[in-house]
Amino acid sequence: MSWNQFVTVTLNGLTLAALYFLVAVGFTLIFGLMRVVNLAHGSLYLFGGYVGWTVADRTGSWILGALAAAAVAAVAGLALQQALLRPIQGQDLREALVTIGVSIVAADLMLAQWGGFTYGFSPPAAISGGARLPVLGIGYPKYRLFILGFALVVGLALWLLLTRTRLGITIRAAIDDRDMVSAVGVNVQRLFALMFAFGAALAGLAGVVGGSALSIASGEDARYLLASLIVVIIGGMGSLAGTAVASLLVALVEQYSLALFPTYAAIVSFLLMVLVLALRPQGLFGRPA
Amino acid sequence: MLDRYGSQRLSRRELLRRAGLLGLAMPVASGLLAACAREEATPTTAPSAASPTAAPAATPTAAAAQTPAAAASPTVTVGPAAGEIVIGVLATLEGAFALFGDEGVRGVEMAIAEFGGEIGGKKLRIVKESTDATPQVAREKARKLIEQDRVDLIVGPLSGDEGLAIRDYAKTVPDKTFVNGTSAAQDTTLRDPAPNFFRFSTDGVQWMAGLGTYCYEEKGYRRVATLGEDYSYPYSQVAGFLLEFCRLGGEVAAQFWVPIGTRDYSSVISSMPTDIDAIYVILGGSDAVNFLQAYADFGGQAALIGGSSTIDQNVLEARGNIRQRVIGIPGAGPVAADNPDKAWQDWVNAYKQQFPQGLTTPSLFCWGYYVNAKGLLLGLQEVDGDLSDGQKKLQEALAKVEFDGPTGHIALDKNRQAIANNYVTEVAEGPDGNLYNKLVKVVEGVNQTLGLPEEQYLALGSFTRDNPKCEDIHRVFGS
Repeated sequence: MSWNQFVTVTLNGLTLAALYFLVAVGFTLIFGLMRVVNLAHGSLYLFGGYVGWTVADRTGSWILGALAAAAVAAVAGLALQQALLRPIQGQDLREALVTIGVSIVAADLMLAQWGGFTYGFSPPAAISGGARLPVLGIGYPKYRLFILGFALVVGLALWLLLTRTRLGITIRAAIDDRDMVSAVGVNVQRLFALMFAFGAALAGLAGVVGGSALSIASGEDARYLLASLIVVIIGGMGSLAGTAVASLLVALVEQYSLALFPTYAAIVSFLLMVLVLALRPQGLFGRPA
Repeated sequence: MLDRYGSQRLSRRELLRRAGLLGLAMPVASGLLAACAREEATPTTAPSAASPTAAPAATPTAAAAQTPAAAASPTVTVGPAAGEIVIGVLATLEGAFALFGDEGVRGVEMAIAEFGGEIGGKKLRIVKESTDATPQVAREKARKLIEQDRVDLIVGPLSGDEGLAIRDYAKTVPDKTFVNGTSAAQDTTLRDPAPNFFRFSTDGVQWMAGLGTYCYEEKGYRRVATLGEDYSYPYSQVAGFLLEFCRLGGEVAAQFWVPIGTRDYSSVISSMPTDIDAIYVILGGSDAVNFLQAYADFGGQAALIGGSSTIDQNVLEARGNIRQRVIGIPGAGPVAADNPDKAWQDWVNAYKQQFPQGLTTPSLFCWGYYVNAKGLLLGLQEVDGDLSDGQKKLQEALAKVEFDGPTGHIALDKNRQAIANNYVTEVAEGPDGNLYNKLVKVVEGVNQTLGLPEEQYLALGSFTRDNPKCEDIHRVFGS
């Protein structure tokens, strides 16, 4: 592997990790707080992507599309949580099955609405095209660097939110012991709704941000759900740091194996998951039961 | 309240276990459930006005146009009622290949409409069943169609590996008859064929006829890399391209095989050798779009050569800026959008009339299912809808069916595999801004060995990710 190739593949891994992080972080936060394995998370990603594309196509503004995607996914997530999940709160298996059901229905509805076409975005001119990287001495697409920066900002903002604000402290307390938090007078239900909408909004936003790097089409929902699951299982469910590290691991492993032995790339990330589960069943950053 | 929570809360470990299990079960479960949900029994109304002659090309009547609408009122009849023939259709109706499956079903509906929805006084009814492009599910669904829905005949499947699975399954039910959809792995009919499996569409190797020569002689490409998804159909396509390209003296610098559904091609692109003239790409649907997008983002310099599905109409009609990146890519396949042949033009018009919501021009998937269904119906007509005696009469008649389809004459060889025309094309932008595959050259009467001596051809062995290499082709055929 030449130096140039090594740098490019590493950057590819980092940018893909950024994308995985954006999708998986909402998934893991929802799980951490509410113990809900939201198997409709991929559908929220795809839904956000489709709506974002439609809005961007109508208005000509990619940014409006991204905002619309986040807003619509947040509303959809909130509706899912309030209407379907709240009545069966605390029954883990039922919650998981309901979300699987929702994801299947949603996939067919979206197929009916947007068809099986592949959709590609046109990001603003400022972040499209290539850039020459100083020091490393290679050309790289600007948009991918944007994703990397964007995920860093989101990650940092989340970290500050969780460690520095009152809301964040409440959330962390609720992740540790929600019964206690509810006993001291915090409206846990409101916290749940907020968190669910927030996680869904991130997924919807990722639909546009990620869809612009790759593309969106029918079937992407399952792909991203699987990617999110692998990431949070490796990272430890409910852990922000775990999600970041696992995104990096999964994406780098995926990209290196695509570059070195593309034929077997598909199994490598699963091998990684198997390895982590065998040695550390709670995930890298998860706490043992 | 607290108690209830406490007792119901699972341990983290247990949750992880369940979550992991669900995660793995999910794609399978959703595939199955979604597939079940999509299955519907579609009564094909007999449009009495349509002329029931053998080749009533392109006279879709108002009644014919109603066929898809009839799908809205599914009946629950199981098994053939008296005086009807039930045809099972296998196609991928959801997931990444959903658009292809829809096109396939359109092809079948067009053929049935041409026959006025009935043959020998028996109504034709279709039962659709969705697969997910994997051999296991294709086999499962074919079994379900035959054992539960009690269909008489099956049209399908769509994808390469599925075809191999259905061929093997067909051998276990000799008294049912199968015609292909668009599955194009060569070995389905070349090696160990099933006596009751007929393929009126050409295969992945045949679809490449003319392209290697065009790229070498007209485009001047000498050294290429190939990139394809890792399963039987791309193996056939790459082999078909190399069979011509290598014999002329072309070289292959490197070959890349990626898993189906690879999202991010950036690292594959950066691993491409730099001393090449072109990259031969055979990826389907959104995989193709993802590759094209990444290739443009990374400022790829080498020219691109398209496999049949890489530049299929389904990809050309992808929404967004990707469209501009494919103009000028040479490719080949069983259809060319601007084919001036009247039969093709008439067929395209029939398609547009019957499916106003369809593509701007029918894709190769519509073509494949259409010619296969049409071949089947012509055979049925020959025996007047007689399915008795384990469908023996039908199968004998089918082997002899020859017809002039939208892309010229189609006949079967001894393995019940089509010999038909093939088209070298180049992606172009039409006056209305739509992209299409512009006809460059017609290669007539392409057989399964591309006109090479059969014995030598078979000696090359089954096409895999490592076979053939240019050296093998030189060794067997000389250069």
